[in-house]
Amino acid sequence: MDATATSMDYDIIIGLEIHVQLQTESKMFSGCGTEFGLPPNTQTDPVSLGLPGTLPVMNGKAFNLALKTALAFGAEVARFTKWDRKNYYYPDLPKNYQISQYDLPFSTGGGLPIPARKDGGGGGDVRLTRIHLEEDTGKMIHAAGGMSEVDLNRAGVPLLEIVTEPDLRDPADARGCLEELRLTLRYLGVSDCEMQEGSLRCDANVNLHIRTADGRTVATPIVEIKNMNSFSAVEKALHYEVERQFKDWEETGLTIEDAPKQTRGWSDAAGETKVQREKETAADYRYFPEPDLVPVEVDDAWIARLRAEIGELPMARRSRFESEYGLSAYDANVLVEQGQDVADYFDAVAREAGEAKLASNWIQQDVLREIKEKKLALADFPVGPEALSDLIKRVKRKELNTNQGREVLSRMIDTGKPADAIIAEGGYGLIGDKDELAAVVASTIEANPKALEDLAGGKKKPEAVKGWLRGQVMKQTQGKADPALVVELLEARLAELGH
Amino acid sequence: MDPLGATISGLLDGYSSGSFSSEEAVRGFVDRVVAYNARLNALLDFDPEPALEQARAIDARRRSGEPLGPLAGVPIAIKDNICRRGEPTTCCSRMLSNYRPPFDAAVIGKLREADAILLGRLNMDEFAMGSSNETSAYGPARNPWDTDRSPGGSSGGAASAVAASLAPTALGSDTGGSIRQPAALTGTVGLKPTYGRVSRYGLVAFASSLDQIGPFGREVADVARVLSVIAGQDPRDATSVDLPVPDYLTAIESKGERPLRVGIAREFFGEGLDPEIESAVREASRIFESEGATVSKISLPNTTQAIPAYYIVAPAEASSNLARYDGTIFGHRAEDFGPKSEVEKDLPALIRMMMASRAEGFGPEVTRRIMLGTFVLSAGYADQYYVRALKVRRLIRDDYDRAFRDVDVILGPTSPVPAFKVGEKISDPLAMYLLDVYTGPANLAGIPGISLPGGLTKSGLPIGIQLQAPAFAEETLLRAARTFERATDWNTKRPTLD
Repeated sequence: MDATATSMDYDIIIGLEIHVQLQTESKMFSGCGTEFGLPPNTQTDPVSLGLPGTLPVMNGKAFNLALKTALAFGAEVARFTKWDRKNYYYPDLPKNYQISQYDLPFSTGGGLPIPARKDGGGGGDVRLTRIHLEEDTGKMIHAAGGMSEVDLNRAGVPLLEIVTEPDLRDPADARGCLEELRLTLRYLGVSDCEMQEGSLRCDANVNLHIRTADGRTVATPIVEIKNMNSFSAVEKALHYEVERQFKDWEETGLTIEDAPKQTRGWSDAAGETKVQREKETAADYRYFPEPDLVPVEVDDAWIARLRAEIGELPMARRSRFESEYGLSAYDANVLVEQGQDVADYFDAVAREAGEAKLASNWIQQDVLREIKEKKLALADFPVGPEALSDLIKRVKRKELNTNQGREVLSRMIDTGKPADAIIAEGGYGLIGDKDELAAVVASTIEANPKALEDLAGGKKKPEAVKGWLRGQVMKQTQGKADPALVVELLEARLAELGH
Repeated sequence: MDPLGATISGLLDGYSSGSFSSEEAVRGFVDRVVAYNARLNALLDFDPEPALEQARAIDARRRSGEPLGPLAGVPIAIKDNICRRGEPTTCCSRMLSNYRPPFDAAVIGKLREADAILLGRLNMDEFAMGSSNETSAYGPARNPWDTDRSPGGSSGGAASAVAASLAPTALGSDTGGSIRQPAALTGTVGLKPTYGRVSRYGLVAFASSLDQIGPFGREVADVARVLSVIAGQDPRDATSVDLPVPDYLTAIESKGERPLRVGIAREFFGEGLDPEIESAVREASRIFESEGATVSKISLPNTTQAIPAYYIVAPAEASSNLARYDGTIFGHRAEDFGPKSEVEKDLPALIRMMMASRAEGFGPEVTRRIMLGTFVLSAGYADQYYVRALKVRRLIRDDYDRAFRDVDVILGPTSPVPAFKVGEKISDPLAMYLLDVYTGPANLAGIPGISLPGGLTKSGLPIGIQLQAPAFAEETLLRAARTFERATDWNTKRPTLD
């Protein structure tokens, strides 16, 4: 199949259903912990086990995090919201109902930003249908010998379900959108969004609107893709599904009217989607208001308080870094994508040092490398923004050259001492006196007559010879010379000598 | 003084005056249990040792002058749907025959703090579904006034135990009348507090929006004392309400600010009301008037819709609350779940296991209500049944709100009939459901209600009268009940068992 030819013939219609695990210390409706990776059924309590006689009590922090998310994405927050029971039988669902929100979710509308793509696509927002809160279920472990076991560590963990309208038109946008969502939620402190740990899960609904030769538009059956546990898997699975649906349509001619919605699972290893089950009839969840919980009424003061807690979000921060500091889009993006702590750190260093570009370079090249190598959180990085901006200012004032600055920083990291102490101890500092340096330059040239011969003889490239001489001067000064000044003086002296 | 006939006040007086010790009192009750429980089937697998031990400890503390809680040494029997840590809590269902909760219900914690003595668990209708105690997996409890008759349900064991002085007081639960109706049938005092007044944490749910725990006693002061102990907000129950808990005992003996205004609804006197009960209610209204109250006619026009609405809302919630008993994590698990029909052959073993476990674990009444509840919540029917029932519920609340603008309490019958024979109604579920006609509306509206002895039939069976009050007006309710009690001696009547 010729991809360029067919891509003209259809639109890809993608909608996402995203489940985000909220970053709370306890479960949605009990005081039970939520730590990931503990042995099965050790993170449970009577409420999350659904023991007879237990009752749910709403986790206020989870509700606040959910509200914050809705506000951050411009959604409409409901002033009155209630809880509902979604009834269905499943072994990993201890009560055989899930507490969720049905007809009065806490949030509707709003939009997730779609980042601009390199190929010029993307941009704009994908509209949100709704965001609601619910409790997670447990997990089935299918053991050997046909036995299945149930782990309820996750049961009752707070989940935010974010449902988008089918506004996405490109698998790359679906991925971009999810990446931006993750970044935003991390800025908000709402979730760690670790896809591998299941704290960010995404199902995608996809079909094609194909323009046929006779000028009609037909829609292929909708497929819901599950089990995608990385951003690249989302993109790959959608690409795979687009091709599969197009081929399937070419072969069978089946459209949305002919076939029910299908659930397909994505296998990363096989690189394909496989049918999980046909949705012949809609499940009857027998929703009704959860009588064990009281409705939540949200007032203006509550919303205002949370709105005030929302800091600058990634999109806004990128453009401010460009406009306020004159950073390139690339640099702004790198700093913002590192997370809020790095972006805050940059902000502090750039403001204090008055040197945004230098701050960006130092942070990207030195700070980030260091924390990556030592696997540090920025909060544990021993050089605070004041100390780093002090160092940058010294480099800028030519008290140190860049290489010295790097050495000083490395010792600041090792010792936790400020720059001035290390400079004093280590004898760093530039030879600022032009005459003194001119004397060193002159004596270096004198001591190396072969260099002049090389320059005169033309056997070697003059740049190489000059570079070597500059190196000798630096060596003579133990690196304390300002390299730019050395070049200037060297050129001047050589010119005097007729080179 | 005889501890066995005593009210809570009588017991506390006996303890403080040294007439008898807690241990002696408990031993007395234990002896009565041993003597009569085989006939009454009010208590289940009774082990007296822990209660006696607790009594000895309290006696020791009393002797050493330690401060004691307000129910120190008072034995209290507990309905089998209220969780006690490590003790069986089965809801009288085969489904939960092995369930021992790892925690105490909120009310149990409060009773322990008050130094009450937990005395056995009480027979009840399975999962509190029934009005005669006949749906219990342990067989029916019997009415001490006539052991051929039912003590009512679902707190039949509680009512029987208190009426027969196997325990001076008991905790039951009331979803549609399950405290008040058996209180009426056994000549005891039974209080259903306002929804939200007492924590439901640890009460095994039947219908969450209707269930409320409440006390049984010999006199109004008994239920007032117990309510003072068990009431109050609980952070583990989101529906419990943050209001101060008054001292109800003081409240009932104090005079109201103005003469009591009693209302009687014309809808109470329809078809199905036993004439002897009707005349007892009319007599009660005369007594209130003679005690200085004004009595006026009121109307609760939607009362007739209460039973249909109740029998939609309660089963709907029950079908969901009882869904967890599927043999997977807990609840009875069937041993044989092979396919029993052609249809079952295609089902996964797991589904068959759940089906067989539920079929074996639940009795017919519970099964009927689960089916009913599942149906009324189903897509396509929910609007027709469940949603309409919620609208009726709202109308019933509005009726009460309107009525309570003019009156402080509403007087009426508790049960349309006195105690009926065991087996008489069990095969006719609709007739059984009609027994809740006077009690169900209070649960739908969330308001408090009390049943107290109001007479005896010619054949010598107790008649209960009911008082209802606005939400959280238990002080008014209990004060009105005490006014009636003071003017009559019905609460002193006892069945003879020997």
